[in-house]
Amino acid sequence: MTPVILWTDALLFLLLFGLGFMIAMVRRREHLCAPWRRVFRRKLGLFSFLILMAYVVVGVLDSFHFQPEGSGQIISVLDVVSGRLDQKMEKTYSAPLATHLLSRELVEDENGKMQRVYPPLEYEHLLGTDKIGQDVLYKTLKSIRTGLLIGTLTTLIMLPLAILLGLMAGYFRGWVDDVIQYLYTTLSSIPGVLLIAAAILTLQVMISNHPHWYETDVERADLRLLALCCILGLTSWTGLCRLIRAETLKLRELGYVQAAQVFGVPHLTIISRHILPNLMHLVLISIALDFSALVLAEAVLSYVGVGVDPSMHSWGNMINSARLELAREPVVWWSLTAAFSFMFVLVLAANLFADAVRDGFDPKGQSL
Amino acid sequence: MLAYIIRRCLYAVPVLIGVNIITFMLFFVVNTPDDMARMHLGTKHVTDESVTNWKSEKGYDKPLLFNAEQGGWKMLTDTIFFQKSLRLFIFDFGQSDSGRDISLAIAVPVFVVGMALNITLSLFLVFFRSTWLDPMGVMLCVMLMSISSLFYIIGGQYLISKFLHLTPVSGFGSGWDSFRFLILPVVVSIVGGVGSGTRWYRTLFLEEISRDYVRTAKAKGLSELRVLFGHVLKNALIPILTGAVVIIPLLFMGSLITESFFGIPGLGSYTIDAIQAQDFAIVRAMVFLGAVLYIIGLMLTDISYTMADPRVRLS
Repeated sequence: MTPVILWTDALLFLLLFGLGFMIAMVRRREHLCAPWRRVFRRKLGLFSFLILMAYVVVGVLDSFHFQPEGSGQIISVLDVVSGRLDQKMEKTYSAPLATHLLSRELVEDENGKMQRVYPPLEYEHLLGTDKIGQDVLYKTLKSIRTGLLIGTLTTLIMLPLAILLGLMAGYFRGWVDDVIQYLYTTLSSIPGVLLIAAAILTLQVMISNHPHWYETDVERADLRLLALCCILGLTSWTGLCRLIRAETLKLRELGYVQAAQVFGVPHLTIISRHILPNLMHLVLISIALDFSALVLAEAVLSYVGVGVDPSMHSWGNMINSARLELAREPVVWWSLTAAFSFMFVLVLAANLFADAVRDGFDPKGQSL
Repeated sequence: MLAYIIRRCLYAVPVLIGVNIITFMLFFVVNTPDDMARMHLGTKHVTDESVTNWKSEKGYDKPLLFNAEQGGWKMLTDTIFFQKSLRLFIFDFGQSDSGRDISLAIAVPVFVVGMALNITLSLFLVFFRSTWLDPMGVMLCVMLMSISSLFYIIGGQYLISKFLHLTPVSGFGSGWDSFRFLILPVVVSIVGGVGSGTRWYRTLFLEEISRDYVRTAKAKGLSELRVLFGHVLKNALIPILTGAVVIIPLLFMGSLITESFFGIPGLGSYTIDAIQAQDFAIVRAMVFLGAVLYIIGLMLTDISYTMADPRVRLS
């Protein structure tokens, strides 16, 4: 058994490590703890956080990849924990909790006569199976990692850009401000989906022209996921940047910043000690809001054909391949329903948590 | 006013040049025309000759920025950057444009009816703001906006067209006949946007309602409805207009998906086809056209500010 660390795995672990570090920092400081306590005191905030955590646990389990002895396949801890659901294949469609396949097959009975019967299933499937007989529950569980990665890695790429450029534009003003404003007006004037499509198309050509960058198909799909996150990050920093610039413009006129400037405190110290901490609530709220938007965007992009690699498990790919199944007779509804409901629960939890965070960090709501 | 519009048009030029440079970088510098040709022709049995043929057929056989073989101005004009990117400015989109018209048949009704519906619903929530209706309504909005837009489209098509047989599943007609094809996509798009829209307008109105002039109006003895429609709605118009601009590019993106799902021949489905067929020329033209539309939208907003609020002067 040899462990395999994909690029996105490494970045996800880095993110978790950073998150742990932040939590340790916050716990040491009372004034930083207070808003979080307000967030978790609300029933809705705590409940949505628990649901998010459940998704995160599945996603993290799915990020420990390894290659079992004597097999070329890369599997994850989730595959093992779920009892190797990936190997429990049927021939074709079967309904949730069904005992027999959905379509009849010609089978020879004991008298030697050919009969059309519904063949019994080999395994049990909680959410049924899809066209090629894969377990739908397994596919949805595997999609969780993709959704989470797109939601979080994109933010990881977007944040430094948005914060740095927004702070610089707001704090230094003058030509720095002009250049940064020009940059984000230009970027945001291109319709998002088109810019993403154009960038993904070019990157696709690049990846297929450099086969030495990856060794297996899993690695190529992973590379494309990373590329998608980078592009989404590069196209979505403009909104937060604009917010941070406006807030910095306001903050730099406040008395304590002016006082610090008069005392000759270096710019870097003023920004990191006096301005940045007062922007953190904006950053947090936009992380939470962007996350749900990104999870939803993944499905749309995969439909358009510029999302994650078609071989990768994702809700967008599931919906895309299953959207014609409603036209079948009898109707195959379980793939679509599973993908949509897992996505709905994640996005709803993220939205509710974003609300709780906003209420907790909003200085106006503190008297409540 | 005219001076302002001219100034804004001039300001749009550097932005469009920026857009142009971005698309040029994306399509010609990151991947050279050779890469594109190999991608289109497949990986096997590609000779250098067929690559050269493909390039000259599409007009990609020139140097990127500087042509040393030509003399005079042609050194700059006989290049890919000039031929393919700068020509976009005179709306010369090249040979791939197969002449489909911009179909605003979905975008415009969705924009107008959707906004009216969202504002009405949010005013309703604000009117009942201290009753149980408000938190229930907000919760419903959050749930509506957590549902993927694809669900509305697929679900709507299944329920209305396939199950109840009320409208055709997809397609397009001409004249008044197109109405029956358009009604479902329009309704689906409006329902898809109602959650986030209503919530957004509700916060705007709630902010406006805590202002002093509202208290004064109430102290004068005006009825709640009068205050809401006569004072709050009017004063919230500026943020509503600002929000409308943010929606315009989203509208473009939204109708991309809807048009292609319902088989409506418009700009959106055309773009999706181009993306799926990896036709770089169309995608490049669409990126540019989208940017132009967005900038025009921004300009219209600023002009509409002056109509909504007499205090705003364009200078």
